[in-house]
Amino acid sequence: MLKVDALCTEYKNEQGQAVRAAHDVSFDIAEGEFFTLLGPSGCGKTTTLRSIAGLERPKSGQIRVGGTVVFDGAKKVFVAPNQRGFGMVFQSYAIWPHMNVYENAAFPLRVNRRLRLPKLQEEQKVMRVLKAVQLDHLRQRQATQLSGGQQQRLALARALVMEPKLLLLDEPLSNLDAKLREAMRFELKRLQRELGITTVYVTHDQGEALAMSHQIAVMSQGQIQQLGSPRDIYERPRNRFVADFVGATNFLDGRVLAPAGDGLYTLQTEIGPLRAGAVEPLRAGDTAILSIRPEELRLSEQRPEGEALQATLEQKIFLGEAVDVRIRIGGRTLLSRAHPSLRIHVGQPVWVTIDPRQSVAMRAEAALAA
Amino acid sequence: MRTKEIGPDEMAPIQGGDCGQGPALLAGLARLTRIEWKWVIIGACVAVTVYLALVPLIYLLWQSFFTPQTAAKAAEFTFGNYVGAYASPDTVKLMANSLEFGLGTAAFSFLLGTSLAWMNERTNAPLKSMFFALSLVPLVIPGVLFTVSWIMLGSTKIGLINLALHRWFGVEAAPINVYSMGGMIWVDGLHYSPMAFLLMSAAFRAMDPSLEESAMMSGASVRQVLWRITLRLSWPAVFATFLILFVRAIESFEVPALLGLPAGIEVFTSSIYEAIHHYPSQVGLASAYAMSLLLLTCAGTWFVSRLSASGSKYATMTGKGFRPRQIDLGAWRWPLAGVFVVYFLLILVLPLGVLLWSSLQHYYAVPSAAALKHLTLDPYRFVLHYPNLWHSVWNSLLLSFGAATAIMLMTAVICWIVVKTKFPGRWLLDNLSSLPMVFPGLVLGLSVMIFYLHVDIGVYGTLWILFIAYVTRFMPYGLRFNTTSMLQIHKELEESSAMSGASWSTTFFRVVLPLLKPGLISGWIYIMIVSIRELSSSILLYSPGNEVISIVIWEFWENGQYVELSALAVLFILMLLALVMGFQLLARRFGIKEN
Repeated sequence: MLKVDALCTEYKNEQGQAVRAAHDVSFDIAEGEFFTLLGPSGCGKTTTLRSIAGLERPKSGQIRVGGTVVFDGAKKVFVAPNQRGFGMVFQSYAIWPHMNVYENAAFPLRVNRRLRLPKLQEEQKVMRVLKAVQLDHLRQRQATQLSGGQQQRLALARALVMEPKLLLLDEPLSNLDAKLREAMRFELKRLQRELGITTVYVTHDQGEALAMSHQIAVMSQGQIQQLGSPRDIYERPRNRFVADFVGATNFLDGRVLAPAGDGLYTLQTEIGPLRAGAVEPLRAGDTAILSIRPEELRLSEQRPEGEALQATLEQKIFLGEAVDVRIRIGGRTLLSRAHPSLRIHVGQPVWVTIDPRQSVAMRAEAALAA
Repeated sequence: MRTKEIGPDEMAPIQGGDCGQGPALLAGLARLTRIEWKWVIIGACVAVTVYLALVPLIYLLWQSFFTPQTAAKAAEFTFGNYVGAYASPDTVKLMANSLEFGLGTAAFSFLLGTSLAWMNERTNAPLKSMFFALSLVPLVIPGVLFTVSWIMLGSTKIGLINLALHRWFGVEAAPINVYSMGGMIWVDGLHYSPMAFLLMSAAFRAMDPSLEESAMMSGASVRQVLWRITLRLSWPAVFATFLILFVRAIESFEVPALLGLPAGIEVFTSSIYEAIHHYPSQVGLASAYAMSLLLLTCAGTWFVSRLSASGSKYATMTGKGFRPRQIDLGAWRWPLAGVFVVYFLLILVLPLGVLLWSSLQHYYAVPSAAALKHLTLDPYRFVLHYPNLWHSVWNSLLLSFGAATAIMLMTAVICWIVVKTKFPGRWLLDNLSSLPMVFPGLVLGLSVMIFYLHVDIGVYGTLWILFIAYVTRFMPYGLRFNTTSMLQIHKELEESSAMSGASWSTTFFRVVLPLLKPGLISGWIYIMIVSIRELSSSILLYSPGNEVISIVIWEFWENGQYVELSALAVLFILMLLALVMGFQLLARRFGIKEN
């Protein structure tokens, strides 16, 4: 449906130097898919989205939507943003303060010659989208009198009213408070499912990305670091940046000793020999980094069966649904997340089990890539 | 939108052409027409701005190097104008007079305005709320009327104050004489003190009061706080205000012409006027004077802009709205309230009173019981039946309405380019359209006059030449008002319109302009008011049949028709006040609703 190929976008900073905002970005999105560009601020995710929208002019590469080329650097094709017919929700919502709710939502139908409708049909169509975002009872309200959540839904309605081939969302939830964000997350996902509309979503919030997407592209420094399903990204990060940015993790330096069969490897680490899985094949002797999620460090008072490490509990923070625990093994302090029922006190010894399938070893070069 | 988004349209037809099929071709054509509109609008606005700002100025510079053209002899290249202007010992005197007048006026209005601003913003003096509203009224009164009224109050022969002193205190020699340098500084400084008051009030209000409070807690007295903290912190504002007042005083025309010329005190503006109005008019000499005046105002304006650019050093002035702590004046409250009263007496009550009094007389007479018996409405009858009056009122309204509308729409486009795009050279456009700010009205009038006298495109001697002068002169104000508004429009508001499928012109007319409305309307009102009062450019450009109101007033003065002038003045001021109030209602209905 949307195919982005070797996209490069630069812009000039205040000193007039060219800054590379997106570099060699390629991905492919299937019809009806929810695709997320995830990364910290300045990673190029918004630039990539704006290039798809046509609000930035890329330097090279190709963007095609459903068989139509909307940008081709080599053939000098550039379709203006107002000719592309994509719906977009901006971070600030960009609700026009001089129009009321209905006028805002009807604007795309009124300015597009090919979308212009007789009054009655226009009204039916606008009211249908307003109803879908539950704003139909506020149609006469001035846009300035809407709450943040309502503005956000109106922006969505405006983007959907022209039944776009593609919906672009630029951090639409970042200006909402935590409770509302949670609610809108479900709302957005429900609407996207119901309408089956192909969506590109930009966010810096990994929780949002994991919860909503079919596919995630983790970006850093203008490049895609990893492309995959949420589970893939979380459980099998390809490099240190991805492991670090998506969720919390413990890194351990080590060296590959030997393959342990079944896709596993034995590594000599700071805290002793451990077994772990890997995304890319490793060779004996490679320096590697091991990433273990806090929730994969299982703690128990009694020595469990099988392999276990002994540690000391250093600090305990009660979070409500979980406890965050710092444990010391050898010279290292590691972070673990446990069930609040854990009764061990600070200073007491604790046993740690690590599931090799849930820890990921990556080559040091890959780890440095970010 | 930015250049990157403007660029796309250039390429769109190529893409349309690629397809080569019927509907695609049609779509391509439709796109082409839309693009053309965008570039036509932008191109026209840029071209007009650059033309207005540069052409007359360059021509003026050019002309200052030529001898006057007569029927017998063509113009020749010469340095004679500059030699004539600068070699004579009179020029030193002229320069000294100009500086004395400019600095004196600036200092006087600054001191007056700043003390009033401090009293109003920082103390608990009574009558404050009334003061702020009333302080705006003098700014509406045209300079020519304020000057005339002070002649009636302070001339040695007919001045009411002198006569009153003579009658009640037996003072023999008239102690007050407005026909002097001191008188000029007094009248002009008094008239523009509200400007200093407003600028300094804003500065005092923008300051974090905790800075003063901490000085107070450290044991400083009221005077020490004022001197060591308040004024020091407002230093950029102090200096900028002073410079603005200086530049304005140097440009001032009415006071030097009405008070200075009879007393033989010439400054640059009055010399330019003299050089043009004496037969044969010495255009070259006037141009040479104009160039020096322009240098002075340029230097002043340049310093002001430098100052505001380095303003970030004083980051304590956050521009947030604070509610400042007020200093308790104690027993001094009422004497200081007396200062307000005296100030209003001098700036409002006496000038308007004397105009009203003389407008009810057959011949100009000093107030007395005898004169009171001869009150008449004849001057009003004369004025209302004056053949040129209604014509000139119509001209004034037409010109100011046209100029205000044209300026606001044109500068909206210019300001969009400057604020919203990344066009290379947009800073140049910004500076060019602000350039007329440094033209004194008289210099602008002169350059427009010379240019259209030589380049005959049929505007000389018509209303159009006044229109061109007004648009040029007030263009910078339009730009400022629009810029303030434009900066508040988030670029995503335009981008979302583009994403909705709107073309550039649709976005501009349906999203940008409506959002600009607060700035558009307040700028429009401001330009309306200042163009109706305009005198110093008009005086060189009007021709019989094309007078505006301020010119009719000027003619009455030249003819010595004082009582008729007073009647017209009273009507004119009433009309201006009515306009201001009407506009405020208008602004409240349209502009403020959205904030």
